[in-house]
Amino acid sequence: MSALLVIDRLSVRYDSRHVLRALSLEVASGEIVALMGPSGVGKSTALRAVAALQPFDDGRIVVDGFALAPGPVPPESRLVKLRRRVGLVFQAHALFAHLTALDNVTLALRHGLGQSRSDAEAVATKLLSSLDVGARATAWPSQLSGGEAQRVAIARALAPNPPLLLMDEPTAALDPARRGALGTTLRQLSKQGRGLLIATHDTEFARAHADRVVQLTV
Amino acid sequence: MIAARTLGVTGLALCLSTTLGAQGASRRELVWGGDAEGGAPFVEADPANPSRVRGFDVEVAERIARGLGGVRGGRGGPRTARFVQVQWSNIDQSVERGDFTLGLSGVEDTPVRRARHAVTIPYFEFREVLAVRPEDAGRIHGLADLRGRRVATLGATIAYDLLVAARDSTGLIPLSYDDDVHPYADLARGRVDAVLLDHIIAQRALRRSGGLAFVIVAQPVALGHYVGVLARADSALRDSVDAVLREAMRDGSLEQIFRRWEVWDPSQGALFERIVRSNTAAATGSTATSHVVAYLPSLARAAGVTALVSLLSMMLAVIVGLGLASSRVYGPVWLRVATTVYIELIRGTPLLLQLFVIYYGLAGVVRLPAFLAAVLALGLNYAAYEAEIYRGALEAVPRPQLEAARTLGLSELQILRLVRGPQALRLALAPMTNDFVALLKDSSLVSVITVVELTKETAIYATNVGSWVVPGALCAAIYLAMSLPLARLARRLERRWRPAA
Repeated sequence: MSALLVIDRLSVRYDSRHVLRALSLEVASGEIVALMGPSGVGKSTALRAVAALQPFDDGRIVVDGFALAPGPVPPESRLVKLRRRVGLVFQAHALFAHLTALDNVTLALRHGLGQSRSDAEAVATKLLSSLDVGARATAWPSQLSGGEAQRVAIARALAPNPPLLLMDEPTAALDPARRGALGTTLRQLSKQGRGLLIATHDTEFARAHADRVVQLTV
Repeated sequence: MIAARTLGVTGLALCLSTTLGAQGASRRELVWGGDAEGGAPFVEADPANPSRVRGFDVEVAERIARGLGGVRGGRGGPRTARFVQVQWSNIDQSVERGDFTLGLSGVEDTPVRRARHAVTIPYFEFREVLAVRPEDAGRIHGLADLRGRRVATLGATIAYDLLVAARDSTGLIPLSYDDDVHPYADLARGRVDAVLLDHIIAQRALRRSGGLAFVIVAQPVALGHYVGVLARADSALRDSVDAVLREAMRDGSLEQIFRRWEVWDPSQGALFERIVRSNTAAATGSTATSHVVAYLPSLARAAGVTALVSLLSMMLAVIVGLGLASSRVYGPVWLRVATTVYIELIRGTPLLLQLFVIYYGLAGVVRLPAFLAAVLALGLNYAAYEAEIYRGALEAVPRPQLEAARTLGLSELQILRLVRGPQALRLALAPMTNDFVALLKDSSLVSVITVVELTKETAIYATNVGSWVVPGALCAAIYLAMSLPLARLARRLERRWRPAA
């Protein structure tokens, strides 16, 4: 089975200091990979480089056939294919504060993919329900609990139906019961054939729910 | 009378040298107030020594001071005259405050002034004359020929009252200026069709223009008189001043002064004869009503002008401000530099100056109507402030929000339209509303380019009734009625859209 994501000797430097040095990993479809290591080791940087939010200095990133090269981040007009392939769930969720939960999810469907409002809302409602937050569709982000906000953020990232989902520290704000529920959710997503790359420093969560662990060291 | 504001600096210097006013006067001095911005032949800064003033009013004041020593009621020997600079439109208020004892600077004899203050006998008779462009000289012989035409004059004068009265009877359009130079400049440029002012001022303007720019209509519109004004409580001193003036009319010293300044004509002789014969001074001019109700329609109209100017300027400011802010945030380097220069230039110079530049400075290139110039100046000025608000708001939208939008595949334009713009708007709305309140009040400045808005109308009203109490309260109430709802709206928006904890 060919890898969904290939990271090959990825290096990122800030002012000649290496944040990431020659990171290599692969994620296959249907696989949950945990990227582990202490804070500041470059886990988030790696995710951001894959999502083309951040330039890298050396190495190569290929997402489902779309290759990113070292150097400045290309303009959005050249990243359209990548955006359809990668979803990113931010650590603090970064839900759009001026939109309801439902509109957070429909935004990409309507304006990125050009779906009609009713089509987009049907997809979004289904996504939110499958993540157990269907009842919160009309709530504003400020009215959501941490767990709810995370589920809405996952729904938003999944809306364009990307084969690869990146998650940055998903357990940071969750209590133990919620962590278990999140693990179940991730497994459902992987069963749909998606590849998941989870940056976390939560050893217990990684051991319980990841298929494979990639350890980053300083 | 007030000449070009460029003379204001000399006026200020004079003012500083005499700020002590009447309070610091010795009994040997007559402290008198006038406006050196009015210029020759009334009162002007002496070109040879700008800390001194000269003019026929200066010499009349000196003659009065000399005479006060020798008449009944004049305490002690001859006095010397000391000049205090005061803005022409404030002479009445200043004399009541005690800034000086005698106001003398082309002060007009009106019933309201006589009712409010101690006013001397008239010492000069002037004619309200029309000035028109040479090509109109055959057509225009009086106010009746000016239906639908724009007629300029100095605000808060008998001439302005005449024009306002004629607005209803003949349908002309009165325009009020803050000085007596620009009306003639605008007549030559075609912005106004006629100017109504005292013949001394008209003749002076004609001489300055080389005698060709306009024609003075031979038949005067009305007659008026210059008087001295004293505080209401000073009626005894006023009687002494009257006695000195009568003496000066009899002994020919007043005639000599007027001849020296080339303003003597036979009608002055006739006036002197009438005054010396009768002991009572008859006020001239129309009887002005001081009833509040009479002013309400014009105040309401002026409030409408204020609201309209503010609304249109704010719309312009928002549109231009958005463009400037986007240029500063998204534009290439040269555009960012250009917008920064614009913003700093506009914020670093007075709005008043910008108004003058747009209305008078650009008149050689484009002759903007006053209302349009007012909206442009206010709008372009506030655009600089709005731009900084929008830029700050755009930059305050958290970066993860923008990155989340990028990962969803939205274009930069979509991100601005769907995420960054709406979020910045929430941050900007409260300061924007505050700016709108400020703009509402700053709109009072546009009266300097002849747009009669609420504050100007109030000033005209206050001058007519000789008091600021009722007009001031009314004006404040109208401004508050417009600004308080806005301030409340700003507070509500701020509460509602405060970032969630």
